[in-house]
Amino acid sequence: MTTAQATATTFECVVCGAPIELGDDTLQGELIDCGDCGTELEVVSTQPFLIQEAPQEAEDWGQ
Amino acid sequence: MRIGLLHSVIRKDEKLLIQAFQAQPDVTLVPIDDRKLAFRPGRPPADVDLLLARSVSHSRNVNAVRLFEAAGVRCVNPGQVIEVCGDKLQTSLALGRADVPQPGLRIAFTEDTALAAIEELGYPVVLKPVTGSWGRLIAKINDREAAEALLEHKATLGSYQHSIFYIQKYVEKGGRDIRAFVVGDRCIAAIYRDSAHWKTNTALGAVASNCPVTEELGELSVRAARAVAGEIVAVDLFETAEGLLVNEINDTMEFKNSIDTTGVDIPAAIAAYTVAVARGELSLCDRHEVAHVS
Repeated sequence: MTTAQATATTFECVVCGAPIELGDDTLQGELIDCGDCGTELEVVSTQPFLIQEAPQEAEDWGQ
Repeated sequence: MRIGLLHSVIRKDEKLLIQAFQAQPDVTLVPIDDRKLAFRPGRPPADVDLLLARSVSHSRNVNAVRLFEAAGVRCVNPGQVIEVCGDKLQTSLALGRADVPQPGLRIAFTEDTALAAIEELGYPVVLKPVTGSWGRLIAKINDREAAEALLEHKATLGSYQHSIFYIQKYVEKGGRDIRAFVVGDRCIAAIYRDSAHWKTNTALGAVASNCPVTEELGELSVRAARAVAGEIVAVDLFETAEGLLVNEINDTMEFKNSIDTTGVDIPAAIAAYTVAVARGELSLCDRHEVAHVS
């Protein structure tokens, strides 16, 4: 799985490379959609910012 | 007051909840990522006064809550509630004991008995996995040929759990169902979920709109929540000519698309209820007893 390190409040989508901005209130574990390719990403760390593709939906997910 | 929020990935729902807890006075919100926990049974893996279970994974939710409870931590919802709501059969039995109206139901364990049960119930029927969410692997069966094929597929290709045939009479619901949000002893809001598809899960594209909480809807939703001893639950209902029917109950409700739709600050209500329970201002032990008896 590719992981990208963010700089300041922007980072590149690990799939398509499109720039994505992170707000100050971004949380570790938060899901973010890439506006360009639609990939669901997870912020796996906020210090420093690390982004990777979100885990795939599992059979026991959801309500 | 330290409130733990059990989570996996943080969806918009969890983020809104975190913000709602941060707005509560004298509350420290402790996010607990279930992917980073290793439990030693009997000891809480985090120092919290109460745990709100919000993992997207049902199996992690229920097992983590059981471990927190074993270590003496009060959890919302309690583990017994999560177990019942995560199992459609257990939910149906709990609703039946409480005389909550629900669609016709048959359970069978073999292809032959399942087919006989379907024929007796009458087409169309809906075949559901006993555990599962977001409309996954549920199937509407319109005739005997489809029933035979589907039962054979499930028996041959599925795990043993897919051979617990949960067969529900299909309810003609006019292209929509209702999701009612119950917090504590009150139905705080409800939405219609409209879809051209017979599945009306918003995860599958159904459109949400505000549903007024009528006396009937509020009363039945709370009765359904009580039937499973749920403290914070979403109740799915069908409208029929004979009245409302309760379809399912969700213990880790998703609400992000229902706040603007209903005008109700659902995460704030959840946070306020949870903090009140943690402070001992609310006691629903009697409802927990109901769940344990079941």
